[in-house]
Amino acid sequence: MQHGKYRFIVGFLAAPLALYAVFVIWPFVQSIYYSFTDWTGLSPDFSMVGFDNYARLLDDDVFWKSLQHSLLFALVLPVVTIGLALFFAFMINVGGRHRKGAAISGVRGSSFYKIAYFFPQVLSIAIVALLFQFAYNPESGAINSALKAVGLGDVQPLWLGDPDLALWCVMAVLVWSTVGFFVVLFSAGMASIPKDFYEAALLDGASRVTTFFRITLPLLWDTIQSGWVYMGILALGAESFAVVQIMTTGPGGPDYSTTVMVLYVYQSAFRDGAAAYATTIGVALLVVTLAFAAVVMKLGRRERLEY
Amino acid sequence: MGSTSGHSNSGLGRRDLIKRSAALGLVTIPTMGFLSACASGDGGAGGSKVEKGKVTKTNPLGVNETAALEVVIFDGGFGQQYAIDAEKKYNAAFPKAPKVKHKATQKIQSELQPRFNGGTPPDLIDNSGAEQMDMGVLVGKKQLADLTPLLDAPSVDDPNKKVRDTLRPGIVEMGQFDGAPVWILYYAYTVYGVWYSQTALDRLDAQYPETWDEMLALCEKAKKQGIAGWTYAGKHPYYLPFSLYPFIAKIGGREVLDSIDNLEPNAWKHPAVKAAFEAYYELYKKGYILKGTPGLDHIQSQTAWTKGKALFIPNGSWVENEAASTMPKDFNLAVAAPSGLDASDKMPFGTIWASGGEPFIVPAKAKNVEGGMEQLRIMLSEESSKNFTTQVKSLTAFNGGTDGIELTPGLKSGVAALEKAGENVVNPRLQDWYVKLQKEQIGVAGLGEMMAGRLTPAEAISKIQGFADKAAQDSSVKKYKHQ
Repeated sequence: MQHGKYRFIVGFLAAPLALYAVFVIWPFVQSIYYSFTDWTGLSPDFSMVGFDNYARLLDDDVFWKSLQHSLLFALVLPVVTIGLALFFAFMINVGGRHRKGAAISGVRGSSFYKIAYFFPQVLSIAIVALLFQFAYNPESGAINSALKAVGLGDVQPLWLGDPDLALWCVMAVLVWSTVGFFVVLFSAGMASIPKDFYEAALLDGASRVTTFFRITLPLLWDTIQSGWVYMGILALGAESFAVVQIMTTGPGGPDYSTTVMVLYVYQSAFRDGAAAYATTIGVALLVVTLAFAAVVMKLGRRERLEY
Repeated sequence: MGSTSGHSNSGLGRRDLIKRSAALGLVTIPTMGFLSACASGDGGAGGSKVEKGKVTKTNPLGVNETAALEVVIFDGGFGQQYAIDAEKKYNAAFPKAPKVKHKATQKIQSELQPRFNGGTPPDLIDNSGAEQMDMGVLVGKKQLADLTPLLDAPSVDDPNKKVRDTLRPGIVEMGQFDGAPVWILYYAYTVYGVWYSQTALDRLDAQYPETWDEMLALCEKAKKQGIAGWTYAGKHPYYLPFSLYPFIAKIGGREVLDSIDNLEPNAWKHPAVKAAFEAYYELYKKGYILKGTPGLDHIQSQTAWTKGKALFIPNGSWVENEAASTMPKDFNLAVAAPSGLDASDKMPFGTIWASGGEPFIVPAKAKNVEGGMEQLRIMLSEESSKNFTTQVKSLTAFNGGTDGIELTPGLKSGVAALEKAGENVVNPRLQDWYVKLQKEQIGVAGLGEMMAGRLTPAEAISKIQGFADKAAQDSSVKKYKHQ
């Protein structure tokens, strides 16, 4: 089988790779090419301008702000989402009281929680963003009304209207809408960890915290790592764009406090008629995304466990 | 879930292959592949134009009587029925031409950008809505046809009157960017100003305040009854200029707005700007702005206003249609020009901002340029204009067209405000010349921050002046000047 293996692989992969090249690689090449032009996106003629767009990028405060926010998204969102999801998944699968006949079990009503957590995943992100936009309404929204109802009428934040809070409000929505997916993903991962491990550990007197860090986490590492990359890309890409575009002041405000790179790409290309500059930001976004993936892969590299 | 690591053979394993390609795919797909959708075409491949027809009395533009016509309408607040009605008239005038190809969409840019890039745009476009194509860029790249022949053609209603002379003030100028050619014809006519419920004012036993002192006194009176004086679209603070800019013009004269539009150095440092900013800031300082306003979007602020939680809102005449579902029957919607500051104001009370909306364009590379213009000529007849006004409660560029039809309260008040203004209609151009500067920089980052109390008027002015200076120096932004 060793002989002719590559020819065999190539034979199978030619068609998908061709599609991939045309629809993924080629647009990349084009984007990079356009970033050296002054193309407006509204007419077919343009000329080469060398590194002008890149020089402008380095001098653009809004770009640096959007980069900063995107990086914050890519760091905070995975940590919070995956942390929460791990906690919930652990409680659902392993964290419950001991019951007769089972070494480990989830908390009471865990199957209900599993569905409840997954529920936001069914809603499109645009709908989620709209719903939260209403909830964040400072004048008659759900959150401030609830605050009023419990006697906190003096605490009526502006939420999305406050530059110090807006970015966190947006992040909270993303966490809310994605955490369920990871709960289910990690639950599936945990379900495939043999129960004997837990049994043995518990017999030896290990606490729940210890079993989590010594058994669950190491055996789940692969899943967590892909979840991390996935979540990071989500935070840098489409999902963060959708919530910022739909929910925030401006969008991207107040005072640039929520602008992210994808939003800036969109605004440059489709509002300002500066498609070439947009592709330049796109190239920067590509670099950030690749760097993020590389860092996660590098940091996450561990000895694989066999069981 | 278990796995076997450590392959003994050094070749490319199945797992490695899958893992690597999956990782690669994961990284690359979502980033920016979407931009491929708008990759530019090769241009020249565009269509050949249809032959020009014979110029006659009934066909002053020389439309080819057998040529097809394609119209794309923005399907927004005004719908598309008015355009369909006008297209029927086109077909009646040119029975030999095929039925007008009509398309209505909200995605103007997504649908038409590729066609501009490919050199095959439709013949007439209502370039409006959130996906409006940047006019400055279209003009700069010579994508639009000059509409001067249309303006100089006789009007449908009176062959002795040119189309140009049947239009409302400012319409022709708005279609110009640099020099004489007119690239855009704004079909709708929008009245901007301070919108309120006459009923709510009656309840407070008040008249619309003509000076700022009266305004503050009225707000104080309302505050005592638990009603806020003002609210605005806090998430889109670029609604504030609808009453703020004519206020500035009233205080300091039209030239102040012109120099702002022309991006002149220190245009924003004019004392009139400072006075207007300070007056608005006082509304915030004294607590006359509805609580939570900076977190409300346009619909939410309008709803709070129609519910009677606030008296005044800066807005445009579309608000009558947009807020119709939440507006009480006895609301008695009205619009007024901004209250003046004091007796030293340069322009009289009544100075108002009114300008064209729904920009129609005929692409330079369209196949049937004359047909596109002829369709516009038909739309600018009194009959079509009345049809539009009846259907969508908005005025058109056609000067008149309101006799004999019943006007809604807001529309009636708009017509009255225009009459009162007379010559004193101002038309600031920032929002069509420099969209980013107007909306994101002046609106959100400047005015929005000031009205939320996070910037003082002086800070807001110097911040906005900084944005304007930067735009003036930016060589990638095409500049325009008032003629």
